[in-house]
Amino acid sequence: MKMMRDLCVLTMRLLVHNFRMPVFVIMSIVQPIIWLALFGPLFGKVTSLGGFETESYVNFLVPGLAMMAALFGSAYAGMSLLMDSDRGILDRFLATPVSRMALIGAYVAQSGVIVALQATTIILVGLLMGAGMDGGFSGYLVVLFAAFMLGSAFGALSNALALIVPRHDAIIAVMNFVILPLVFLSSMMMATDALPPWIGTIATINPVDWAVRMARGAYFGESWGGVVQYGALLTGFSAVCVMMAVRAFGRFMAKA
Amino acid sequence: MPIIDVKALVKTFPGPVEAVRGIDLDVVQGTIFGLLGPNGAGKSSTVRILATLSQPTAGRAFVAGHDVVGDSDGIRRAIGYVAQASSVDVHLTGTENLYLQGRLFGLGGRDLAQRVETLLQLFDLEDAASRRTKGWSGGMKRRLDLAMGLIHKPKILFLDEPSSGLDPESRSVMWREVKRLSDEEGMTIFLTTHYLEEADRLADQVAIIDKGLIVARGTPSGLKDGLNGDLVSLTFSGKTDTADASTRLRALAMIDTVTVSGQRVDVRTKDGARSIPAIVGALSGLDLQDVAMSRPSLDDVYLSVTGKQFALANAEGHEGAGGRKGAAA
Repeated sequence: MKMMRDLCVLTMRLLVHNFRMPVFVIMSIVQPIIWLALFGPLFGKVTSLGGFETESYVNFLVPGLAMMAALFGSAYAGMSLLMDSDRGILDRFLATPVSRMALIGAYVAQSGVIVALQATTIILVGLLMGAGMDGGFSGYLVVLFAAFMLGSAFGALSNALALIVPRHDAIIAVMNFVILPLVFLSSMMMATDALPPWIGTIATINPVDWAVRMARGAYFGESWGGVVQYGALLTGFSAVCVMMAVRAFGRFMAKA
Repeated sequence: MPIIDVKALVKTFPGPVEAVRGIDLDVVQGTIFGLLGPNGAGKSSTVRILATLSQPTAGRAFVAGHDVVGDSDGIRRAIGYVAQASSVDVHLTGTENLYLQGRLFGLGGRDLAQRVETLLQLFDLEDAASRRTKGWSGGMKRRLDLAMGLIHKPKILFLDEPSSGLDPESRSVMWREVKRLSDEEGMTIFLTTHYLEEADRLADQVAIIDKGLIVARGTPSGLKDGLNGDLVSLTFSGKTDTADASTRLRALAMIDTVTVSGQRVDVRTKDGARSIPAIVGALSGLDLQDVAMSRPSLDDVYLSVTGKQFALANAEGHEGAGGRKGAAA
């Protein structure tokens, strides 16, 4: 109970930061929208290759780009923690009886909430561009869940990194190094059947691909069995990432 | 029973840096305790352990009856902690900062609203309270730091260098408030400082820490009286051999101690005014540029127990701390 109350209080604080300084959130929404606006028409004919589940490439891209926003929006979440640490705010909180789990969980929850908002925006823009969402409202909720899980996972990893290597440049460098390959080693932009076989193989162990497949399956209202399967994998991955962040926090405290 | 009880406390950082090397302290409830030392002496390391922000390497410490290792949550409920640098959340308003801090202690509803209002009034922050703290002055942020430390009416308030970086006016406001908290509310205050004047004016008890060890402790007046005499400071030109000056001075019967620090030689004597003619006479032939006499200060206490001037040690500590940020500040 106390943990949940502390988590709400601390997450609200971080969300207030986002709404008062929305540049980063806006940029991470605008980027996938630009991709949607550019790639949709540019590669529009690629769906004729087959395996895309839809004839509209924009329609195909929407759930994938929602996951991209989740990824980009959460990968640098550790910066908030680092800034709080640099400004002494983390110490101020640590000297109170606040739940330690809530303290670290708030940074992860913040990522989850923001990426769900970003995913919603991208779906709305997709709808405006003529994309259809056959999965309906339940499909939309699953896309949000996938974005939340992916965002929480990479938000947790980013926070763990911030606790282990407390440097802004290190977080940027490591996350840049990790994110783009994960995007291109997935079916985010291209149907699985059209991927080179080696990329297809790697994609099976790529959490970003799990999130994309889960979101896309629900968005199109097809293959609900796959949605559940990838949802379970993604939830497990997210849980492991959160545990890593909690462990990193324990190590950070022990070193103080 | 002391409200803060520290036994053989040790803190070693990787390197290894021995920030605290086995200190004993006890603080009586309702008093102001000053831990005085130059930069890098181990003050912040000590206060961070007592505020449960850091684990001791060895030794034991009890705060408000709770063990810093075994019952840190008990301590956190009993203390307020104000760090060396302002930790105000600059994206929030003053009121929001206070509400947030209160909620972390489980406060809420009318009680919290009243407490926030009282603190804003007390620290003269009402007019700015609804503005984001980003544009606040350093003094205002520091007052808000103190208000946040008091939101839950703690038994003990830890202040790590409370007036560091403040202008004289803000410092005076801070001192007045610290004194009021002790005198009127009976709060126990543990403050670290590298300002001699701050320790002298505020603290009921002072412990001087140097290189991780407590080298003197007592009331400020007791420590100064313990020096048993006036200080005569003699400054020589750069070409003068101060070792020669020291030898000549030691030969005088009225001189108790002689300390050489660069081109300055300090002598302690029971009656400074009467001794000066004899001192100057003994130094004939040397290029003596300045003679000054003063009643003992905490700087003199520090000098007598460490053989170094406080300002010099502070500067050295500051340089040292640059290489190992925060380790033993």
